[in-house]
Amino acid sequence: MACNPVRDRSDKNHSDGNMSKQTIVEYATRLGDDALILGHRLSEWCSNGPFLEEDIATINTSLDYIGRARMFLSYAAELEGAGRTEDDLAYTRDCRDFKNLLINELPRGDFAFTTVRQFLVDAFNLFFFEALVGSTDTQLAAIAAKSVKESRYHLRRSRDWMLRLGDGTEESHRRTQTALDDLWGYTDELFHMDPLESELLDTGVAVDRAAVRLRWEPLVTELIDAATLQLPQPYTLPGGGRQGVHTEHLGHLLAELQFVQRAYPGLQW
Amino acid sequence: MAQRQTEQDLERRFQARVDAEEKIEPKDWMPAAYRKTLIRQISQHAHSEVVGMQPEGNWITRAPSLRRKAVLLAKVQDEAGHGLYLYSAAETLGTTREELVEALHRGKAKYSSIFNYPTLTWADIGAVGWLVDGAAIINQVALQRTSYGPYARAMIRICKEESFHQRQGYEIMLALAKGSAQQKAMAQDALNRFWWPSLMMFGPNDDESPNSAQSMKWKIKRKSNDQLRQEFVDQTVPQIEVLGLELPDPKLRWNEARGHYDFGAIDWEEFYRVIKGNGPCNRQRLQHHIKAERDGDWVREAMRAYEDKRRGREAA
Repeated sequence: MACNPVRDRSDKNHSDGNMSKQTIVEYATRLGDDALILGHRLSEWCSNGPFLEEDIATINTSLDYIGRARMFLSYAAELEGAGRTEDDLAYTRDCRDFKNLLINELPRGDFAFTTVRQFLVDAFNLFFFEALVGSTDTQLAAIAAKSVKESRYHLRRSRDWMLRLGDGTEESHRRTQTALDDLWGYTDELFHMDPLESELLDTGVAVDRAAVRLRWEPLVTELIDAATLQLPQPYTLPGGGRQGVHTEHLGHLLAELQFVQRAYPGLQW
Repeated sequence: MAQRQTEQDLERRFQARVDAEEKIEPKDWMPAAYRKTLIRQISQHAHSEVVGMQPEGNWITRAPSLRRKAVLLAKVQDEAGHGLYLYSAAETLGTTREELVEALHRGKAKYSSIFNYPTLTWADIGAVGWLVDGAAIINQVALQRTSYGPYARAMIRICKEESFHQRQGYEIMLALAKGSAQQKAMAQDALNRFWWPSLMMFGPNDDESPNSAQSMKWKIKRKSNDQLRQEFVDQTVPQIEVLGLELPDPKLRWNEARGHYDFGAIDWEEFYRVIKGNGPCNRQRLQHHIKAERDGDWVREAMRAYEDKRRGREAA
């Protein structure tokens, strides 16, 4: 139960080496959770896309995210050294132990909502992983290198869709603007640094999210304009993902994701 | 009269090419009925790939491990890709994907009736991969030699991926069969439910299959329904034994004289009931497909509108 906040505090008594190992475990788990939860949301599109080519592309993106989740979570589990696996982390933690950012867990909505979320997150991921490639943790850097390539492709796709939907028909414009307005308040959390990440930034392990914001904002603003959409009025929602304080949606997602493991605990599949 | 003579000549020459194992290509002359049969068969095949994404997609969000989830996603992605090649192969015969999908929605075009059975447990995903893809491979291996070039080539490509699918299904079954008593029971139940519908995938018995003789003559079909079904049974029984599961049919036993497994009578009433639309999931599958299409209307409209604007801007 390393991800339980109470236990996290008791870990502060450990030696420095242990503490920094524990913070990297937590960091990798966060990044793994972000990828897992959004990958799961994308996988819900299977057989529901607007046309067959789009089904293929969405499944493909989902696969990239699930693959990334596996790399981060298995690294976290290995580093933790408590005999847990990627599947223990994915399938046996409850809502409060998941540390993904809230934007990733929101229900998939319509195709406009999915597109806008992908665009905002893909742009973030590209810059975030470009920075993480320089991490002093070689394992994180290696996962980041793979993720950069994927994110570049993902962003190209979600940008194209933003343009088509924003500057398509009246209906597509309206749906896309609504999605953008609804999602905007969740973007602030992408850039929040807490003490754990600040500490890891000092040791060269983590990424400076404030610096990512400096690259993300102009790209997003410019594309919103090119797609004939309006930049939403700024507002911020209380992001609690890193503390395990989620939206009500996550519990339902986990109920589905974890069903088999919960119904038949402790078995190999 | 001269016209009819020419038609007969063309038909004779066509049949001679087929007999000589030459591939028929899109621009070649072909009998109207050959074209029609192919469009029906290829579109049915394409629709099966696409509708088949539903019972498997039903478990993507509940796959029991991240590895299984990733493999299932990859598999379903392949199926969608197969659907695409097959729609393209059908389009070479002078139809469009839109027309084919519309025929599906109107209930005019069919898809494999196996997908009208529900996937109730994780073991069903194993059974579908192992049995359904196993049956499909037997069919498709034979179709690699089908007389229509684009269809034969699509089959070659598809077969390579299908054998990976069948292995992933069998691997799921193996893990369950080696697992707890509950897991083994789950695997047995899935085998029992999917066995008969899998045998039905090969279609009616040869003497009940009126179009088969012509399809064999044109070499669209290369082996009869009963031949293919027997191959499937012969291939699958030893695999059931390796799993250590009970045979799903008490009449299944090796017949030394025939060199094949004998098996019990198929419930053809059930087969025709499902084909006619009254299987457990027919309505659900079709409504799902129609809903996805309707939900995507505005997206496709937006794409077209954007394309028009872009072209307009380029022209200006």
